[in-house]
Amino acid sequence: MSGPMRLADGGLIDRSRAVSFVFDGQTYQGYAGDSLASALLANGVVLFGRSFKYHRPRGVMAAGIEEPSALVQAGSGGRYEPNSRATDVFIYDGLQSQSQNRWPSLSFDLGGLNSLISPFIPAGFYYKTFFGGPKLWLLYEHLIRQMAGLGMPPTKADADIYEHRAAFCDVLVVGSGPAGLAAALSASAAGSRVILAEQDERLGGSLLTDPATIDGQASDQWIAKAREALIAAGGRILTRTTAAGYYDHDLVNLVQRLTEPGQTPGADGLAQRLWRVRAGKVILATGAFERPRLFEGNDLPGVMLSGAVRTYLRRYGVRAGSRAVITTDNDDAYRTALALAEAGASIAAILDSRPADGVHSALVQKAMAQLPVHFGAKLIAAKGSAKGLKGASALIDGKVTALDCDLIAVSGGFSPVVHLHMQAGGTLAWDELSGSFSPDQTRQNQTTVGAAAGANGLSATLLSGWSKASTKAKAKAAPTCASDDDVALNIIADWEPAPQASLKKAFVDYQNDVTAADLDLAWREGYRSVEHLKRYTTLGMATDQGKTSNLVGLARLAKSEGRPVPSVGLTTFRPPYTPVTLGVLAAEATGAHLDPRRRPVLYQTHAAEQPIWQPVGYWHRPRAYPMGTENLHQAAHRESLTVRTKVGVTDVSTLGKFDVSGPDAATFLQLICATTVGKLAVGRGRYTIMLREDGMVMDDGTVWRTEENRFLLTSSTGGADRMAAHLSYVRKVIAPQLKVAVANVQEHWAAVAVAGPLAKDVVAALLPQMAVPRHMSLDVGELAGVPTLTLAASYSGERAFEIYAPSDQIAPVWAAIAKAAREIGGCLYGLEALEILRIEKGHIVVGGEIDGRASPHDLGLSKMLRPAGGYIGHTALQRPAFAQPGRLQMVGFEAVDGSAIPEGSMVLTAPKTLPVGHVTAAGLNVIKGGSIALGFLRDGFSRTGESLIAWSPTRNQTAKVKVTTPVFYDVAGVQYRD
Amino acid sequence: MLLIACPNCGPRAQAEFTFERPLASIVTPTETLPDLIHKLFTRENPRGPSWELWRHTYGCAGWLKVHRDTHNHQISAALPVDMETPS
Repeated sequence: MSGPMRLADGGLIDRSRAVSFVFDGQTYQGYAGDSLASALLANGVVLFGRSFKYHRPRGVMAAGIEEPSALVQAGSGGRYEPNSRATDVFIYDGLQSQSQNRWPSLSFDLGGLNSLISPFIPAGFYYKTFFGGPKLWLLYEHLIRQMAGLGMPPTKADADIYEHRAAFCDVLVVGSGPAGLAAALSASAAGSRVILAEQDERLGGSLLTDPATIDGQASDQWIAKAREALIAAGGRILTRTTAAGYYDHDLVNLVQRLTEPGQTPGADGLAQRLWRVRAGKVILATGAFERPRLFEGNDLPGVMLSGAVRTYLRRYGVRAGSRAVITTDNDDAYRTALALAEAGASIAAILDSRPADGVHSALVQKAMAQLPVHFGAKLIAAKGSAKGLKGASALIDGKVTALDCDLIAVSGGFSPVVHLHMQAGGTLAWDELSGSFSPDQTRQNQTTVGAAAGANGLSATLLSGWSKASTKAKAKAAPTCASDDDVALNIIADWEPAPQASLKKAFVDYQNDVTAADLDLAWREGYRSVEHLKRYTTLGMATDQGKTSNLVGLARLAKSEGRPVPSVGLTTFRPPYTPVTLGVLAAEATGAHLDPRRRPVLYQTHAAEQPIWQPVGYWHRPRAYPMGTENLHQAAHRESLTVRTKVGVTDVSTLGKFDVSGPDAATFLQLICATTVGKLAVGRGRYTIMLREDGMVMDDGTVWRTEENRFLLTSSTGGADRMAAHLSYVRKVIAPQLKVAVANVQEHWAAVAVAGPLAKDVVAALLPQMAVPRHMSLDVGELAGVPTLTLAASYSGERAFEIYAPSDQIAPVWAAIAKAAREIGGCLYGLEALEILRIEKGHIVVGGEIDGRASPHDLGLSKMLRPAGGYIGHTALQRPAFAQPGRLQMVGFEAVDGSAIPEGSMVLTAPKTLPVGHVTAAGLNVIKGGSIALGFLRDGFSRTGESLIAWSPTRNQTAKVKVTTPVFYDVAGVQYRD
Repeated sequence: MLLIACPNCGPRAQAEFTFERPLASIVTPTETLPDLIHKLFTRENPRGPSWELWRHTYGCAGWLKVHRDTHNHQISAALPVDMETPS
């Protein structure tokens, strides 16, 4: 036997398989099939944790996922999981678990002193108490974080693997209780493909607590046959799988646990799986939650929900007490009383708040014959401590009566689990008698069945599942149960506590320590809206999201308001239904798998040179090729200097490239480009800019006329995907009448740039069959046996060429050019040198100066704009704001005090004044030395020569600067020409 | 996540699509400045059925006109962009 509270036999546990586990440092034994809660209860453990705010001792209240109090942390290191419900962890050999929110230990908890000062920490105390400025708040916050809270967050990276899977079905059934199984069988019989999801490790739902006779067989047999039938029909059954979220168009996320919290996964390393199920129809058979009731000390260890007491007894063979008091407003708790009595417990009293003059069901009459049943009776207070209950007091026949007990089973009626229905956009209907909301209108293709739909009794539950699952289902074919098993609830909801009970210890929300007195106080302070009440008192927050507390709290507010419950409103039901680990949401998309890594075709060739890499969008490109002990800056400076004095070679294959062809190609490009492109001669190219329709610069590039009706358009690497979408938008939506074809040839062509005073010599030597093209001209040739297209264009400011070849043939072209350049003292150069060179020339770049807020005027490009207009962005450029003073205009900055201009700094006229501009890119004067930068300055065009300060508060660096025009090298523009 | 019936590819998950803009906010090259400003900066934000421009970016890359109810996400039509919009 695994513990003093375990019955000699019975239950759905495997008594042949003992399981050893640890809770708070002590080793216990349980059986396979035990939850952590049932195994600890079997061992006589009553204290599971301390409460959030007052550190009150808490036991276990429920047997399912609605448990608010018995939260534990399980596992360690990379397999540590806080805030697991002890009722929702199935034990395994080696499970390490700990209670939460206690210090230094669970039984001796200093925070329990909070309980003594609880009169001083009422609802909203955060807002009322902690005044005194930000510095004091930091102190308070530190103390609060020590004393209040749930589990500790993990400190190690998750060691496990998670995966996503997509699935489709005709019918998704959530929940495998009697209604869910009947629905799955019905849908399957009608020929539907079915997925059945069950959060428990077993199918059966309430049948695991209340075995019944269905279709003439014991329910465990009926469940087993149902499983076989569903699988035989091709259905998929997922156990330990929670429907966490219901999204638009019948997409349901299922989270499947393959390991318990803290458990090491199997050989494949998989811990959890997220199923994204798109269902033709969703059937929600999610059951109902039993509600607690308001009395003093209703949170003490030993106070449990009535159904949970019965579940521990029947499913786990654990009797949670030997002398019980039952408090109820319905018939279901009588089943608990009779089951306890049958298991040898004595029943001190059944306190039924319903009037004595009602019609009593057979079940109630049976209990009345053998047990002390009191009608119109209420519990006033439970008495006890961290060690358990020591009796109770009740109002019986108008008199305060003391009761001896060690267990209180509470049933305040049942609330249908409508979370998924509400996430799907449904509405609710209120039933005053049973005090419950059940689904009304649905917006998506879903229906709710069984107890979740308010079905009362097993027979109605089975019928509801069977008949709502399929239009073909015939009611007479529905599963039926024995009449003894068909127990109606007969709830008469009664929210009112006994007048003698102190509401300061009558808890509504156990997880957040919200009492009935707190709610009353909030109402007196003017919180009328349920959403305000929630935020002020924290009712219904935290990991359980008010599963047991919401309706009790609503009813309390309704009473204060003197209005019916539905009129005070409901808070929003949001996914996830139960907490979901971030790991399973991220799944494969972590670390290097977060984004695709795009490698240029020459990646391996570069790798052989051991460059410093730089991500550019998804691309990985060489940032510099250090030699010997060079660091990045030394290498980049050497590379830039080599380009300025000899020749450099760089890979520009990742540039955006578009082949634009057709009779209307020129007209199309006139729409796209803000410069004159239509009049280009064949074989010539131009620099161009593309605007957004709001007039801001979107990208820049070059446009080349390769044939009369064919152009090559280039754009920036990072903007290539956006440009592809823009070209498609203009072609298909804005100007579908144009006869033009656009092909994205970004990866079809690879390209090598050769730049420097000796670049012309390299091209002449390697491509002898053609004349070296003039600046902004092109020609075709053959290099290393590969056909090439050579464009003469300069980004660095030196005479330069871009040699294009088909991507799969670029390697020999690159090798030949690199070799030829090196033989005359040249070198390879990377993105850092490219950046230094372009800053020196004042060339704008996407993400730097092209930041989505700069118009062509702001960038000093007004003269390039096509005077006739007709391009996208032209109309918006007429907006008056563009012509008003005070715009940020692009300028250069030169350091005058010998210091380096900090990257990303703001520009000030004097210390401690508001910024008048900012630096977009800082670099250096390659030949002369000295720090330079590009940036924006308010009315900058007219401020050349002004002395300012560049200040970076994050780097704590300052430089005195002088405003210049944004060209620092070869202002006359003679270096790059022929 | 919405399910959008692409006229070329059939019903596909929203993750394959990109929302571009409401149809009414498409700016033509000949737009007057006041119209352009209205379409770009002072758009309607309808509650209810609305014609929108979407693209099946990670599918056929085609442009679609989608009739979507912004209140409940019901999609009553998804047409190729060159098809006339029903009034």
